[in-house]
Amino acid sequence: MRYFISNVIKIIPVLFLISLIVFILVRVTGDPVALMLPETATDQEREELREALGLNDPLYIQYFNYMKDVLRGDFGDSLRYNQPALGIVLERLPASFTLALSSMAVAVLLSVPAGIYSAIKRNTFSDLIITGASVLGKAMPNFWVGIMLILLFSVNLGIFPVSGSGTLAHLVLPSITLGTGIAAEMTRLIRSSMLEVLNSEYIRTARSKGLHEAFVINKHALRNALIPVVTIMALQTSTLIGGTLITETVFSWPGMGQLLVQAVNLRDMAVVQAATFIIAILVILSNLTADLVYRYLDPRIKYED
Amino acid sequence: MSMQTQVEPNVVEGTKKDKSRFLKIIQSLLKSKTGFIGFFIVLTVVFVGVFANYLAPHDYAQTNVDNRLMPPFWMEGGSPEHILGTDNLGRDVLSRIIIGSRVSLLVGVSSVIVAGFIGLVLGLISGYYGKWIDQVIMRLVDSFLAIPNILFMLIFLAVIGPSLASIIIVLGFTTWVVYARMVRSETLSVKERDYVKSARAVGASDFIIIRRYILPNIISSFIVIATLNVATTIILESSLSFLGLGIQPPEVSWGLMLSDGRDYLATSWWVATFPGLAITITVLGIIFLGDWLRDVLDPKIK
Repeated sequence: MRYFISNVIKIIPVLFLISLIVFILVRVTGDPVALMLPETATDQEREELREALGLNDPLYIQYFNYMKDVLRGDFGDSLRYNQPALGIVLERLPASFTLALSSMAVAVLLSVPAGIYSAIKRNTFSDLIITGASVLGKAMPNFWVGIMLILLFSVNLGIFPVSGSGTLAHLVLPSITLGTGIAAEMTRLIRSSMLEVLNSEYIRTARSKGLHEAFVINKHALRNALIPVVTIMALQTSTLIGGTLITETVFSWPGMGQLLVQAVNLRDMAVVQAATFIIAILVILSNLTADLVYRYLDPRIKYED
Repeated sequence: MSMQTQVEPNVVEGTKKDKSRFLKIIQSLLKSKTGFIGFFIVLTVVFVGVFANYLAPHDYAQTNVDNRLMPPFWMEGGSPEHILGTDNLGRDVLSRIIIGSRVSLLVGVSSVIVAGFIGLVLGLISGYYGKWIDQVIMRLVDSFLAIPNILFMLIFLAVIGPSLASIIIVLGFTTWVVYARMVRSETLSVKERDYVKSARAVGASDFIIIRRYILPNIISSFIVIATLNVATTIILESSLSFLGLGIQPPEVSWGLMLSDGRDYLATSWWVATFPGLAITITVLGIIFLGDWLRDVLDPKIK
């Protein structure tokens, strides 16, 4: 519990820094007035709006006011939708969650068996194929994989819809696109974690007792190799969320990523900021959860409090 | 105190030893199949990029409505004039891929230099001086890790607007974290070695200690990470250009070509296929080269 609390406390400066970075980027380098008024506005109109928005205050006061709004969940209204930005972002969250979860499922189903198998069969032909495939998966840009899947399965074979959402069939290609990209990285990590277990003392002991190899692997090695998978999955959260930005755009999936890309193109800064904070909080929470699950699974681990 | 065995700092020792080291590197390159393939691919891409203007058979921006969406030469309706076909405006796909390699290389290498410099400086400060400055830099690193790279890039680009220069700056300012963490942890371990302690005891300045004793010990890991990161930034550049936030027309980049090609998938598969292959092969070459470099220069990191 103390560990948990100390971790939560560590998050605060991180969130503070993120807010500072976003504030500096948006308020200091960009001019909100230029975005809000038409080009024909007079200098006096601009000055009045600056005063009304508090942009003539010293920077630290502006930041203080900004943080007061952020803490209340008020990021301002979206220029495009004329609604509070936070609401628009949260509305898109379920679609992104669905995509992220199903992609993670694809990634786990591919990478866990592949990683473990290639570690057991180290330096054989199957190991070479699996390692080669995961290097190739890292070299291919994710959105290109998506485009090639559309070309093969939608345009040529007509099995899955090209884009959009609504049915389970719409979910298949985006999940495979994002899932295989993450599986490429996870396979490599799982392989090396399994290799480490296979080289450990207790596996050698089990083998020297004359136990059957299959028994050694199933009873001793697998269980211990699966624990780091939780951490490996959490490490991919950031990649996963980053990946949804592009995958959602390729497949016109109505999630937060697609919304954010559109908002950036329209310079709808309220939506950009709200989405950034939501994503940062999600990444931090998932890392924290993974830490706790990891501790629960592996009682050998004692963290320094 | 660390329990590492003491390693003497690298000191330049005559050209004779350098030569034999150089020969050894060439030998290992010839022995490692993937390393050789990677080296060959990278060399080819660099050659194509440097001589792009002479190698491209057509003007990359020349539109020709009569020839639009012409298939590659081996298909019906294709012509040897346009080996990889033409795009929706009748522009030659091969010429655009050749010219586009310049952007990938330029962005890849320059943003790695920017990021590497920031990461090196912050990592050295953090590891060498420790205390509060280390805390501040590490929390900054945590903040960058909490937000996916691509998201940071989007915010930056939304503010400063897309262009070649802003892509390089944005990629540089968002990917420095990897270098900072590596440099910091290496600095922390080198700092505790006896020869650094004795250098300090005889009154060497921080600058001398960092330059003579710490940097030489970091440089090989640094080169390996930088090489592999060229691959990462090439993919990121193509993603940003694909989203319309990177290279802007009439300039050309592989990511931009992919986004053009996506709209014509139903009739013309080649427009979106070849630029993607170009990215994949280039990135694969860099990964192979980087992995080989790691085996040669830095056997301890994995």
